[in-house]
Amino acid sequence: MKKDLETMLAGHPFCKDFKREQLRQLAGCAANARYETGRFLLRQGGGATRFFLIRRGLVRVELFMPGRGPVLIQTLGPGEALGWSWLVEPYRWAFSARAAEPTLALAFDGACLRRKLDRDSELGYRILKRFIAVLAARLDATRLQLMDIYGDRVPAA
Amino acid sequence: MATGSQPPEAHPLAPASYRVRARRRETRDTVTLELRAPGGAAAPSWRPGQFNMLGLPGVGEVPISISGGSQDGRLLQHTIRAVGPVTSALAGLRPGGRVGLRGPFGSAWPLEQAAGRDLLVLAGGLGLVPLRPVLRAVAARRRLYGRVSLLYGARAPQDILFRGELAAWRRAGVAVEVAVDRAQPSWRGRVGVVTDLLAGVAPEPGRTDAWICGPEIMMRFSVRELQRLGLDRGGMRLHLSLERNMKCAIGQCGHCQLGPFFICKDGPVFPYDRIAPWLAVEEL
Repeated sequence: MKKDLETMLAGHPFCKDFKREQLRQLAGCAANARYETGRFLLRQGGGATRFFLIRRGLVRVELFMPGRGPVLIQTLGPGEALGWSWLVEPYRWAFSARAAEPTLALAFDGACLRRKLDRDSELGYRILKRFIAVLAARLDATRLQLMDIYGDRVPAA
Repeated sequence: MATGSQPPEAHPLAPASYRVRARRRETRDTVTLELRAPGGAAAPSWRPGQFNMLGLPGVGEVPISISGGSQDGRLLQHTIRAVGPVTSALAGLRPGGRVGLRGPFGSAWPLEQAAGRDLLVLAGGLGLVPLRPVLRAVAARRRLYGRVSLLYGARAPQDILFRGELAAWRRAGVAVEVAVDRAQPSWRGRVGVVTDLLAGVAPEPGRTDAWICGPEIMMRFSVRELQRLGLDRGGMRLHLSLERNMKCAIGQCGHCQLGPFFICKDGPVFPYDRIAPWLAVEEL
């Protein structure tokens, strides 16, 4: 079972170039998870105890605004990572995420992983580098969306 | 793309009078005009990626990408977004109206070079327009290519162009993925930027041709993401379509100069390596 998880991890872009021992360490905190359409993976304000590597399906990230209801912020699909609040105190989700279609993911126990990262600084550095890349990409995406690049002057017309 | 007999070669600065045969609304502010050449003759032959100068007397003239044409070469399609006085007047034309047309001008997407390889097309907003003839050509001769993917970013679901054709290209074996910047909760598709969609494609640099068209900032971020995925290491062949202030369209007036290039004549489609140093220079 853990071997299967290691194989799945090795095939996920988030874990590209991880060493075999590092994959084994990660697999020790991971479990397969399946979410049917509409089911929440995490809920705004709740304890950020996990993070997810999406293998199949589509996840909607939403922010609940009083008077407006859930606002769709972004979607995440296969090959992407969901959730970083498990790394940042006070470990509370800032958003909600739910499956927009049947979704398969690897779900990680955040507390388990934090303990391992504290003990193994090489693994910790590697994971943090991957999460920084995820955060940088999200920041770039947010800036582009704020610029409304398709809303003004556009190519050849 | 057009075939058939050609009219006598006209002076490149002299527009011919085309008649609007049909007008189709694509989105709230974007229409596709189908234009017929004077006297029912064949329009000048063109290649995907090229543009024409469309003008109206007393209003002005603008460069508009060719978005399609008929098999017999008698009709040209131009997809126009009403963003300024000239494009608004053009987009307001009705069947029977007349428009001045010069062209075609500029370089084309290297379709022949892509045969046998994977083709990754990234389009942002109206950047899908000059790529539409590419996707039509590829869908019609799908077996000539390896994996073909279209990653298309739009502002909102209501701004998505060529919806019917996106579905047709999917049926023809093109992996079409669309992301919008913002959407109502009822939207069932992707929300995010076009580069987010690359995670689902995993291009193989050594066998991929990547072609990008959209706002320059979108192209810059797309190139950066492709570099992260191994573009520089693996020999991915990358082309971009640029836009500047094209006026004469024949490399004489200098309005569209970018470093040593005139976008109208040397472009708009460039190999990335050729244009990269100039894209990084501010104010050019």
